[in-house]
Amino acid sequence: MKKWIPLILVVVMAGWILSSLRQPPETGFHARDFGKLPILMNGRFQPFDSVARNSLLQIRTKQTVPIEENEKSRTLTATDWLLEAMMKPEQADDRKIFRIDNNEVTELLKLPDNQKFYSFNQLRPQVDEIEKQVRRIEPLDSSKRTVFESQLMKLDEVMNLYQRLGISLKPPGSDDFAAELDAYQKSIPSGIAAVNAREAGQKFDQEAFNTLLGFMGNYNTVASFALPLTIPPADIHLPRDDWQNIGTNLMQTARTGELNPAVKFYAKMVTAYRSDQPADFNQAVAGYRFWLVGRFTPQLRKADQEYFFSTLEPFYKAIVIYVLALVLALFSWFNLSDWLRRSAFYLIMLAWVIHTFGLVFRMYLEGRPPVTNLYSSAIFIGWGAVILGMVLEKIYRDGIGCVVAGSAGFVTLIIAHNLALSGDTMEMMRAVLDTNFWLATHVVAVTLGYASTFVAGFLAIIYILRGLFTTTLMAETAKSLARMVYGIVCFATLFSFVGTVLGGIWADQSWGRFWGWDPKENGALLIVLWNATILHARWGGLVRERGLMNLAVIGNIVTSFSWFGVNMLGIGLHSYGFMDAAFKWLMLFIGSQVAIILLGLLPQKLWRSFQARPAA
Amino acid sequence: MLKQLFKLFSSLKLTVVCLVLGCVIVFWGTIAQVHLGLFKAQNEFFRSFFVYWTPPGSGFHVPIFPGGYFIGTVLLINLFVAHFRYYQPGKRKIGIMLIHLGIVLLLLGQMLTDFLSRESSLHLRIGETKNYTEADRAFELAVLDTTDKDADKIVAIPCSLLVRRGEVGDPEMPFRVRLKIFYPNSLLAQQSQPGYKPVKPTAGLGSGIWWREEPRETEMNRMDMPSALVEIVAPQGSLGSFLVSAWLDRPQAFSFDNHAYELLLRQERYYLPFSIHLIEFRHDKYPGTDIPKNFSSRVRLQNLENREDREVRIFMNNPLRYAGETFYQASFDPDDHGSVLQVVHNPSWLTPYLSCVLVAIGLTIQFLSHLIPFLKRRMAK
Repeated sequence: MKKWIPLILVVVMAGWILSSLRQPPETGFHARDFGKLPILMNGRFQPFDSVARNSLLQIRTKQTVPIEENEKSRTLTATDWLLEAMMKPEQADDRKIFRIDNNEVTELLKLPDNQKFYSFNQLRPQVDEIEKQVRRIEPLDSSKRTVFESQLMKLDEVMNLYQRLGISLKPPGSDDFAAELDAYQKSIPSGIAAVNAREAGQKFDQEAFNTLLGFMGNYNTVASFALPLTIPPADIHLPRDDWQNIGTNLMQTARTGELNPAVKFYAKMVTAYRSDQPADFNQAVAGYRFWLVGRFTPQLRKADQEYFFSTLEPFYKAIVIYVLALVLALFSWFNLSDWLRRSAFYLIMLAWVIHTFGLVFRMYLEGRPPVTNLYSSAIFIGWGAVILGMVLEKIYRDGIGCVVAGSAGFVTLIIAHNLALSGDTMEMMRAVLDTNFWLATHVVAVTLGYASTFVAGFLAIIYILRGLFTTTLMAETAKSLARMVYGIVCFATLFSFVGTVLGGIWADQSWGRFWGWDPKENGALLIVLWNATILHARWGGLVRERGLMNLAVIGNIVTSFSWFGVNMLGIGLHSYGFMDAAFKWLMLFIGSQVAIILLGLLPQKLWRSFQARPAA
Repeated sequence: MLKQLFKLFSSLKLTVVCLVLGCVIVFWGTIAQVHLGLFKAQNEFFRSFFVYWTPPGSGFHVPIFPGGYFIGTVLLINLFVAHFRYYQPGKRKIGIMLIHLGIVLLLLGQMLTDFLSRESSLHLRIGETKNYTEADRAFELAVLDTTDKDADKIVAIPCSLLVRRGEVGDPEMPFRVRLKIFYPNSLLAQQSQPGYKPVKPTAGLGSGIWWREEPRETEMNRMDMPSALVEIVAPQGSLGSFLVSAWLDRPQAFSFDNHAYELLLRQERYYLPFSIHLIEFRHDKYPGTDIPKNFSSRVRLQNLENREDREVRIFMNNPLRYAGETFYQASFDPDDHGSVLQVVHNPSWLTPYLSCVLVAIGLTIQFLSHLIPFLKRRMAK
C-alpha cells in the first residue's frame, strides 16, 4: 500500500490542478465571456479579466469581493466586480473594497476603525481632505515619506484608479447608454451646422448647438480620464494598436458622423446590464466578439490565452503543493520512512512542472526572457532553487533536497504574490531595458546566482537547526551537507560573477560605463565577493564545517540585501521604488539570519547532535 | 624578512581579509550614497586609498578604513605573488589560472578606465551640427577674439587651471586673466535676496546682479553652475573686472588694441576630428501610456579627413563607436526636438569583455572538474 501513496498523491493533486479548467456553464450575465474581451492597457493587449484582477489586487489586495446579499453571502469574481464598477458604478460605490491598514489614515478620514475595508461612498465625503493632503505630500521624495503619507498616497492612487475605471465604458450620468448614443448621433449634423454657423457669425440653432456641446463636454471628460483603451480602430488601414478610449472615440465621431461598431456593442452591454437583461447583454458580448474575429484575431487570441493563464493560477497551485511536499519531507526526517520522502519528491516534481508551465506561459505572453521585473525575479529564483533542491535530493536521497525545494518554492512564490499587489506584473519594458539579449543573459545569470546563494544559505540553516536541536545530524549527513554547501557556493560564484560582469557590459553598451557603483551593481558585486570569501576561507583552512555554514547564512543576508535592500535606498538608476512593507520583512529576515548565526556560534557541547558523537 | 613578506603577500588569509574588507567597503559605500550622493560616495569610498573621517568641528582628515584602490591593489599583489607560491604545472590548476588572470585583467582595466577615460556629452537640437563635446563637470573660461568675423580665435582656460594659478596668460592673448572671486557652484539673482551679495564688476554687464555661493552638487544627474569675477590685466594696466557665469548665455564683450574680445564661462569643450549633425530624434511611447519605448537619434557623421559622410542611428543599447569615442543615447530635450548623447572616450573598454570570458571559462572548468568526479563516485555507490 505504502508503495502507492506517492503516486496517488500526485494523481490527486494533478486532478485538482486540472479541475479548475472545467468551469460550470454560466447562467445570467456571461461575465466570463466579457472578461475575455481584449483591451489595450499599460501598453499591452490584455483581457478585461486581467484589468479586473490587477485593479482589485491594488485596491483590495485580493482578487475577489465577498458580499452580503439578502442575508446570504456570496463572492464576486474580479470580472463580476469590474462589470459592476464600469457599468453600474452607483451600486459598486457601496462595495467595501478599499483596504486601509493605517490608523492615522482612518482617523484623518473619520472612518470607523473596526473594519479593514471601506466603500467608496464612505470615502466620498473626505475627497477634499485627501486632495488637500496629497497636494502637500506629492512633492516629497517618495523615500522621505512617512508610513502615513505613503499610505495616503496609495489610497489616493487606488481611488483614482477606481474612479477612472468607473467612466471607462459609460460616460458619467448616463443611464441608457445605447439610447444616448442614438440621440448623440442624431444631434451631430444639426449641431455641427450650428457650430459652423456660429463661427461664421451667422444665425444658428442655439438648441442644437447646446445639445451637441453637452454631449461633447461629457465625452471630453471620459476622453481625459477613461483608463483602458477599449475601442479598436474600425478602419482596417490604421495600425492594429491604434486603440482609443471610448471618450476619445466619441469625440472623433462628431467629425466623422460614424459610430464605431465597438462603441455600439459596448453601449448595448451597458444598457442591458443596467436594465438587468442578461440575454441582451450576452448577445452584445457575443456579437462584439464575432465582430472582432478576423479583424483582431491576434489580440483576441492573446486575451484568451491570458484569461486561461489567470484562471489556471499555476503559481497559486504550485504554492499549495510545495507546502504539502515540505510538510511530508520534514516528517520524513523524523520517522525516516522512505514513502514520505518519495511522496514529497514526486509532489515537488509536480509543483515544479506547473511552476515551469506558469513561467514559460508568462514568457510566451510577454515575448520576453523569464525575468523582467522584481515579480518575475521572485518566480525565477524559486524555480532555480527548486531545481537545485531536486538535484540534491536525487544525489543524496535524504529529504534535505526536498525540504530545500519545497520551502524555496513556497517562500519565493509567496513573495511574488505580494509583489503582484502593486499592479500589472507584465508591464512593458522601459526603453533602456528593452533588450531581450541582455535580459536573457545578464538578468538570468544574476538571478540564478541569487537562487543558488539562497540555497546554500538554506542548507546551512538546516545544518545548524538540526545539529543544535535534534540528534538527526549524523556525521554522514553533516558531511554531505557541507559538500552540498560547498558545491552550491561554487555554482553561485560562477553565476553571480558572470551575471555581474555581463551587467557591467550591458551598462557599457547602454550608457558607456562598465561600472558606476550604482546600488544594484554593488549588491551584485557583494554576492560575488562574499561567495569568493567563503571559497577562499575554506581553501585556506580558516573555516571548517560549522564555519562554512555560518558564512553561508551570511550569504542569505547579503543576497536579500542586494535583491531587495538596494531598492529601498531610493537612489540609483535601477531602483524599482520604495516598498515600506517589504522593508519590514527584510529587517525581520535579516534579524532571523543573525539569530541563526548566533545559534551556529554556540559551543559544540550544546549541540544535541554532537553530544551523541565525537565532535566534528 | 623577504621570505616573511612573500609568505604574507601570498597567503590565502590575506585574500580572505581583502575580500571581507571589500565587502565592507562596498556595503558602506552603497549606504553612504543615500546622504553623499553617488558621485561623492564613489570618490570617497571606491576611488580612494583611504576612507577619511573628519571629527566634527575640526579640519583633520583621519584615515579610518582602506579605500577601494588600496584593497584592489593589495588584492592584485596577493593574486600575483600567490601564483608563484602555489603554481603547479599541469592541467589541474588551469581553471584557477584562468579565473585569476581574468580578475587581474578586470581590476587593471577598471583602474586604467578610472585614469584614462573621459566622459562628456553632446547636446544637439534637430538640424544642429557640432564638432566638439562638452565636459559634464568641468568648466573653462573662453576668451574669443571676434575681430575677424569669419574665424574666431579662441583661448580656452580650464577653470581648474585658473583656480590653481590665480592668474593665467597665453602667447595668443595680449593680456593676462586674473581670477578675483570664484564660486564653483552658484546662484544669480536680479535683485537682493537673503544670502545674496552684490556682484561688483567694474566693466561689462553685471552691476545690479546679486550672487550666492552654493554647496557643490553631489547628485550624478545635476551639475555645478560656477560663477566668477575675472580681471583682465593688460601690460598698461587693468581693463576691468567682469562677471562670468555658467548662468549667463551672453558673453561679456570688450575691446583692446583694436581687437574685439568676448569672455564666456562655459562647459569645457573637447574637439573632435569629425562632426555630428542631428537629423531626427524619436521618442516613442507604448500606446496609451507614458512608458518610453525607444529613444533614437538619426545623425549624420562627417569626417573631412577621409571624406567619410554617412547616416547613423544611435539608440538605447546601440551606441556609435567611432574614432575612439563612443556615442550613447542618453537624454533628450523636454520638447522632443533635441537629443543628448553621452560621449565616452575609454581606451580600455574591451577589458571587461575579455575578463568575463576568461573567468567564465575558468569557473566552469573548475566547477566541472569537481562535479564530474563527484557524480561518478556517487553513481558508482
